[in-house]
Amino acid sequence: MQLEFSPAEIAFQKEVRTFIADNYPENLRSVQDEGHDLSKEDFLSWHRILAQKGWIAPAWPVEYGGTGWTATERFIWSEELASADCVGTMPFGLSMVGPVIYTFGTPEQKAKFLPGILSGDDWWCQGYSEPGAGSDLASLRTKAVRDGDHYVVNGQKTWTTMAQHADWGFFLVRTDTDAKAQEGISFLLIDMKSPGVTVRPIITLGGEHEVNEVWLEDVRVPVENRVYEENKGWTCAKFLLAHERTGIAAVARSKRGVEKIKAIARTEQDGDRPLIANPFFKRKISELEIDLTALEFTELRSLAGEAAGKGPGPESSLLKIKGSEIQQRITELALEAVGHYGAPYFRGFGEGDNEHPIGPDYAHRAAPTYFNTRKTTIYGGSNEIQRNIIAKMVLGI
Amino acid sequence: MDFSYTETQDMIRETLSRFLADTYDFDSRNKMIASGTGRDPAIWKALAQDLGMLGASFSEEHGGLGGGHLENALIMEELGKVIAVEPYLQTVVLGGGALKAVGGAVANAVIPEIINGNVIIAFAYAEPQGRYNLANIRTTAKKDGAGYVLNGHKGVVYAAPWATHLLVTARTGGAATDVNGVSLFLIDANAKGIVRRDYPTVDGFQASEIYFENAAIPADALLGNEGAGLPLIERIVDEATVAVCAESCGVTAKLHQGTLEYARQRNQFGQPISRFQVLQHRMVDMFMEVEQSKSMTTMATLKLDLPAAERMAAVSACKAKVSRSAKFVGQSAIQTHGGIGITQELAIGHFFKRATMIENQFGSADHHYERFERLTLAD
Repeated sequence: MQLEFSPAEIAFQKEVRTFIADNYPENLRSVQDEGHDLSKEDFLSWHRILAQKGWIAPAWPVEYGGTGWTATERFIWSEELASADCVGTMPFGLSMVGPVIYTFGTPEQKAKFLPGILSGDDWWCQGYSEPGAGSDLASLRTKAVRDGDHYVVNGQKTWTTMAQHADWGFFLVRTDTDAKAQEGISFLLIDMKSPGVTVRPIITLGGEHEVNEVWLEDVRVPVENRVYEENKGWTCAKFLLAHERTGIAAVARSKRGVEKIKAIARTEQDGDRPLIANPFFKRKISELEIDLTALEFTELRSLAGEAAGKGPGPESSLLKIKGSEIQQRITELALEAVGHYGAPYFRGFGEGDNEHPIGPDYAHRAAPTYFNTRKTTIYGGSNEIQRNIIAKMVLGI
Repeated sequence: MDFSYTETQDMIRETLSRFLADTYDFDSRNKMIASGTGRDPAIWKALAQDLGMLGASFSEEHGGLGGGHLENALIMEELGKVIAVEPYLQTVVLGGGALKAVGGAVANAVIPEIINGNVIIAFAYAEPQGRYNLANIRTTAKKDGAGYVLNGHKGVVYAAPWATHLLVTARTGGAATDVNGVSLFLIDANAKGIVRRDYPTVDGFQASEIYFENAAIPADALLGNEGAGLPLIERIVDEATVAVCAESCGVTAKLHQGTLEYARQRNQFGQPISRFQVLQHRMVDMFMEVEQSKSMTTMATLKLDLPAAERMAAVSACKAKVSRSAKFVGQSAIQTHGGIGITQELAIGHFFKRATMIENQFGSADHHYERFERLTLAD
């Protein structure tokens, strides 16, 4: 065991750091700094630069477009992205459906879909949850009935993140209504421009439009867009959930978040001292930072296990639980730190109001981010469901 | 960066784990503790001579296996899994750590004797008024001819009744809490002028209050430079702190495992209580605390040789987290067991007692959060 990077790893770190410094879009930086919402084009601008470089999907096998980096190099990469405060890439193609397609898909499916995921030409969304199927995902009722070379899909999905921009969606649909819950489900790739697909916005607490309802009415989906066997979609779903959970620890990004809170707490005054000198606030920061270190080294141990041949397993639920709790605590402390100026609602100003900003820049998004981040312990399998998974799969109870 | 164990390290763990499974079952441990000496000296001899375990963390020049902190950590974790009452922490981690740091003739003389099991060291550092401040020392060592004369009171010196040597912190100069004027001595435990009051500890060890009454010690008992011993003491206490965190990983893993086993076989309301979700989630939380303790212990073990400020921040982060985990896992284990958990009858309660003492050993969670903040969260 050793913590130090090898000379090759240090050289790698320097290479990626230089690349980010030289290539990260300036205009994107200013959009972020001013606390504006990011548009589809904002996200894609950085995606395309990484795709051009061949660094868009470090975790993928090389034959499908991965970088062939070691676990340590991937760790360095995510640290560098976070410390340079780069926007994230959308996970729906790269971390979710991509791995499902290269693992379970046909050669034709791989050829058709993987290039668009890598290039960013295809924007993906995830059609899993339904109004009546949240934590109990397997109770989903969206139905796909075979009609010749097509499935005819009817039903309603919800919480579909970024579906308003999506070209494609991967959907869990019921293809056998008589089978036991998990056994009658299939995994379909649906063109979001198909007739019968309707996307309606759901506005969340911070005022943002991230999630949507997706209505499917007699949507015709070619059978060749089914991944893996009919009625075996749950296998893909479980595989995807395990993949989704590893990235969800978000360690590097949370480290950056803690640094931002420290900076705020050194600026904000609490009487005649900076907020960071308040022993109660200071203790919350140190607890957060230490818990984040515990998460970081738990992830590193788990990556080492993965490198030794163990795939991401049910223990990745631990990373999801702790990672999401920490993300929430960061937003909670940021909101506490900004004091009065958590209150102004920036979406409440009239169009063309040129007089902002009100309060310090770092306060603008504190409350909306806090509200928005309540999602992390709910999505991807709520933290209670993750505990059920650990109880069953790891503890055997 | 690499998080894998070497083959030798795996072998050390397996050998020790097999040996302890054979020798340290619950009944044998109870018998040892109840015996006159409070331990079975044959086990220490076997660890030294049959298994070579006491040499795992020493260099080959001293007759060891060439390991270091990682070996200490994995041995302490295995000892924790059986709540062993062996003086490994005091003799190898603290005594051995000090000797490795100072080197020279005394290291060449004493380390081989540690490795072959002839030397047992107790660390006399705590004082009734000192709490966790290592510089808060009233015990004095006054220059006297060629040597020193020791006077003072050291409290709760684990393993002192078994010790051949005492590792003692004393003031050779400066005022009560000055960082300068602190010295470290390795002395004969039976020197004239040392008065001991021995007693058992709640977690199964033996300890003593030690009174130095004009105890004359030779000049070569001094380890390092006179008056400049605090950095060395801080270093070995940091190493020992991580070692008890490793022990805690073993103790809490067993608390968790014992709780799972119990919950599976305990029936209430017509079913095993392991089926109740409220208990399942608590046992998952225990699992997560154990895993995070292992992660923190790995982190801190790997940082023990960094410059002092980084080392201290890492060790305090580790101990703060591990202390809280030990409390949570221990209390949850007892709660899940119900009434039987608070009796002496099951092993679980004895693991809980050791976990509880680990919480405050070398500093409580609060102490370590504070030290971490002092080092990393300046205004």
